[in-house]
Amino acid sequence: MISEDRIREKLAILADAAKYDVSCSSSGSKRKNDNKGLGTTGNGICHAYTEDGRCVSLLKILLTNHCIYDCAYCVSRKSNDIKRAAFTVQEVVDLTINFYRRNYIEGLFLSSGIFSNADYTMERLVLIAKKLRTEHRFNGYIHLKTIPGASDELMKEAGLYADRLSVNVEMPTEKSLQLLAPDKKREDMIKPMHYLKEQIVQHTEEKKLIKATPTFAPAGQSTQMVIGATPETDLQILGMADQFYRRFQLRRVYYSGYVPISNDNRLPALGTPVPMVRENRLYQADWLLRFYGFTVNEIVSPDAPLLDMDIDPKLSWALRNLQLFPIDINQADLQLIKRVPGIGIGSAEKIVAARRFNKLNWEHLKKMGVPITRARYFITCHSADFERRDLTPVAIKQQILALGNSKYSANFSPQLSMF
Amino acid sequence: MITVVTYDGSFEGLLTAVFEVYEYKLAEVAFSRSSNYQDTIFNTTHQVVASGDKCRRVWKGLEHKLSAKALGDLYKAFLSEQPDIDNVLLDYIRHVFANTVSVEQDFSHPAVLRVVQMARMVHREKHRMEAFVRFQLTRDHLYYAVVEPDFDVLPLIRQHFQDRYADQLWLIYDARRKYGIYYDKESVTTVAMHFSEEVAAGKDIRSIQDEQEGLYQLLWQQYFSSVNILARKNTRLHIQHMPRRYWKYLPEKLL
Repeated sequence: MISEDRIREKLAILADAAKYDVSCSSSGSKRKNDNKGLGTTGNGICHAYTEDGRCVSLLKILLTNHCIYDCAYCVSRKSNDIKRAAFTVQEVVDLTINFYRRNYIEGLFLSSGIFSNADYTMERLVLIAKKLRTEHRFNGYIHLKTIPGASDELMKEAGLYADRLSVNVEMPTEKSLQLLAPDKKREDMIKPMHYLKEQIVQHTEEKKLIKATPTFAPAGQSTQMVIGATPETDLQILGMADQFYRRFQLRRVYYSGYVPISNDNRLPALGTPVPMVRENRLYQADWLLRFYGFTVNEIVSPDAPLLDMDIDPKLSWALRNLQLFPIDINQADLQLIKRVPGIGIGSAEKIVAARRFNKLNWEHLKKMGVPITRARYFITCHSADFERRDLTPVAIKQQILALGNSKYSANFSPQLSMF
Repeated sequence: MITVVTYDGSFEGLLTAVFEVYEYKLAEVAFSRSSNYQDTIFNTTHQVVASGDKCRRVWKGLEHKLSAKALGDLYKAFLSEQPDIDNVLLDYIRHVFANTVSVEQDFSHPAVLRVVQMARMVHREKHRMEAFVRFQLTRDHLYYAVVEPDFDVLPLIRQHFQDRYADQLWLIYDARRKYGIYYDKESVTTVAMHFSEEVAAGKDIRSIQDEQEGLYQLLWQQYFSSVNILARKNTRLHIQHMPRRYWKYLPEKLL
């Protein structure tokens, strides 16, 4: 029996090393507890939030932080002088089951440093998932990181046990990857994405015909790129994300603001602030792409390849397209209402539903909880009172900025200072 | 003159009361859950005894006019236990029966809006309880949790926990409302609780814990602090998602 202190130390090391992987999603899978076993998946629950405000939904750990690679942006890189540790397969299984039974987590997110070779590592990750599913009849969420270069057979087996698989592209462009992770090839990351997409599509098709077809990664695949470590523009980053969504039908692309962890001169120096505002703006833009019907070129363009840091991308788009406004919320299409700054999907749908009963005025909007501080410049409603002045985009922006104190204003800094 | 309609505080009782408002053609009414009511000489009172039959007839009538979501919202708003909510629910139901089309999205009507808003608050509390319940294993192999939710949400979370923890015994105790839900691997029942002195009214069960329980709480605390990224500290966001009032039953916040 291993000592309590040792297991605690391992957990500290291997959770710490895994925390830069930002995905914590546990939704999108519909695994039911039909076998009277343990666990369900559904919409995803955040069981806790760290002091940096991020959701803790999964037990997110590395199997080991021993690694044969030396990627400059990674804490576990070979040349970094840090404590190393490795869990046994059984330790990961026990931790997952015991945390899950106490309602601490939705499941497991397992990744690993690469020891000896890709297949050897991947085999162990798959074994853990298999034990959980078969020996413990575990129906909670499992997210496995696929190791670049692992064989197709292992990937396929992983897909049968996991809810989600992900391959991190790490860097937005091949050039940056070459600079910071010379041992890794972008091709090794793209190829498995392609393979997974084919498998997911194939299994979904077959399942329509034959119900007994096993599910294959029902929550799809995702990827992550580090931003702010290299000089890519938001246009390049969002363009890349858009491609991933379309070519590989990815469920999510995660953007991880680079946290300086090394004094390697290819990277921003230690102490450089984490580009949290930029990361936030990228997520906002990502949402516009996936849920609001925007295209990349509406958000950023070759002439303006960077996102505004002081206002959100939807407001920024609206200010560039003032000729489309104001719109009448009692008449306009849902699609158009969704494009109004300050009005989200929920509010837009509520407006469209409620206007069948009553012509809506400002009072109705306020009571329904539609935030109008920003929207008022872009809409009219059943009221004689609306913005009549012919304001310029700059004036609107000034007024909006004067109204709210951005929670980020203290952090505003240029996007990147490479030295 | 206002008629004060008293009922037993159950949802069934409330729907029975609604039925009788129509049955006795009461025009101006104020609902009161019996325990709250103080008699005054200025009002007439009408006492309602919950009736399965009357309750079902009202619910059936509502089912004809409302979606499952709106019906759920009515129940959730009821569980909010807000002092005025019974009268709001009556206004809502009257508005439903006075119209031929469904009015559930008529958000410019004050009762409809308030029901939807309260339902959303109750739903959030339900979701928070699904997140913040922390089971502790006892020596009798029971997974036990204490909560003090803002609203009476145990009826809303039982299905979730029954589905998820189908192969373990568990009990969730609401220390504010003094009742629990208990699962015996077959079904969930609502239970009243009597605690011995040593477990502090059910709030501190260290003396009857399984010997591994301490270890897993410690490991969970370790995990929680290890995944934090200091360079990204954001206390406001942390508190917004995990309000302080929930901390006392969360092992990770007891450091």
